[in-house]
Amino acid sequence: MTDVLLDLDGVGAGYDETLALRDVSFRAAAGDRIAVLGPNGGGKTTLFRVVLGELTARTGTLRVEGDVAIVPQTERSRLDFPVSAQDVVLMGTIAGRPWWRGPRRADRDAAREALAAVGLADRADATFGELSGGQRQRVLVARALVRRARVLLLDEPYRGLDTTSAGRLDELIAELAGEGRTLLIATHDVGQARAWDQVLCLNGRQVAFGPPATTLTAETLAGTYGGELLRVGHDGELAVVAEHHCG
Amino acid sequence: MTDAVLVASVLDGLIDPWRSGIMQRALLEVVLLGATGGLLGCWIVWGGLSYSAEALPHAMFPGLVGAALLGLPLVLGGAVGLLVAALLIAAVARVPSLDRDTSISVVFTSMFGLGTLMALSPDTPTGVSELLFGDVLGLTNGDVAVAAALTAVVLLALRLLHPRLLATTFDRDGARSAGLRPGVTDVALIVLIAVATLVCVQALGNLFVAATLVAPAATARLLGRRLGPSMALAVGIALLSGVGGLLLSYHAGTATGASIAGVTVAVYLVVAAAAGVRGTLTGRARGPRRTRTG
Repeated sequence: MTDVLLDLDGVGAGYDETLALRDVSFRAAAGDRIAVLGPNGGGKTTLFRVVLGELTARTGTLRVEGDVAIVPQTERSRLDFPVSAQDVVLMGTIAGRPWWRGPRRADRDAAREALAAVGLADRADATFGELSGGQRQRVLVARALVRRARVLLLDEPYRGLDTTSAGRLDELIAELAGEGRTLLIATHDVGQARAWDQVLCLNGRQVAFGPPATTLTAETLAGTYGGELLRVGHDGELAVVAEHHCG
Repeated sequence: MTDAVLVASVLDGLIDPWRSGIMQRALLEVVLLGATGGLLGCWIVWGGLSYSAEALPHAMFPGLVGAALLGLPLVLGGAVGLLVAALLIAAVARVPSLDRDTSISVVFTSMFGLGTLMALSPDTPTGVSELLFGDVLGLTNGDVAVAAALTAVVLLALRLLHPRLLATTFDRDGARSAGLRPGVTDVALIVLIAVATLVCVQALGNLFVAATLVAPAATARLLGRRLGPSMALAVGIALLSGVGGLLLSYHAGTATGASIAGVTVAVYLVVAAAAGVRGTLTGRARGPRRTRTG
């Protein structure tokens, strides 16, 4: 039987009296790649914060197996801050050691291993801000890996990447899933979401959850984004017109 | 004048000032200020806390003057000043028409005005006004010893906090997600800025503290490509500017605190201009880099 790493049942959460997200119920198994679709303010960030433990669920229950780590958008990091790729990965080891202790050899070895796992062993000493967008994204994935997290939350990881870098990230995501990790990937690319195992559609509440083939229907996407945000291409494929941030 | 005489004259001008005990104590103080200001300044500049570094000494000022008038330790006065400022900010922030920045500005300016009134009042004993402009040449061995102890505390704390400061400054949300508490790190940094202000205020005065805490690190930011070398550079710039300011003051008869602050800022302006020219020539400017795709 496949391990269930994430189990949400009727989860609701918010920042004031009103709930920003409600009625979220799904189970994610080890190795699942789950696309999280939704408009600005649809609840993707709220869901991530609940899974990370930064925000307490006001309704329902949440069960997480193992550590959770987030891979934020690279634009949210300080690109002008003069740190190396290895320095950034080492930041993932801080929480696991006493506050008065600096990184030791074991921590540095773990950071190098994580960089090697994302194909950047030879860029360990490069300045983070001078790496390409795809390389920076992989460094942030390495920072999550060094924490040995089993559940990874990726916040629009394809944003700003060219086709080559996006292809490399596809391969990395497949490898991470193959190693038994669960990945929740916030995205607006409906076409890309079709390639993954499950799709979770949010718009203040859970609109749908399931395999892409049965979930990504015109009706579901209209309920998620609103009809005016959809266009139908020549081949009849649905896509989100507007550019969104995770929200 | 022959070359030999000129060289001897210049050397004499550089060495002679340090023969007196007053200048030796001033030099030692400048070394302490350079170490504190250079290292702490990097976190202030990278963390976007330059305004706080400018405002904190102003908030503490009435407390410092009060402590000097009552003969109490300056540390105690500074702490009380900060506490009063924090309470006032909390109170003023409740006024619906004022936003947070306006509340802070109103309180800090009011506190500084109050402290200045106290320091410059005709009834105030001579010496208290030096808290405003500093008197690095009037320091006793005891003053330098207190500054050395406070500097040691700041440097040790920075060493211990380094990984957390690194993670929080780089990516605040990421640090929070990694189990760190950026708010606690912020408070620790503010406390260290307050302690550093106490180190600086007697020598440079309340008005010139920010120059030492911000300018050397801002200069190093223009030149350094890595944090470690940038920090070493900031300390070096602070030391050289301090020594340059002391020499300028000695030979030109200018106010010492103002001379040190002036040289520190002048170094920044020269480096910034050179970096700007270089950036124009190479088509690459320093500062926040654009996001590259791919």
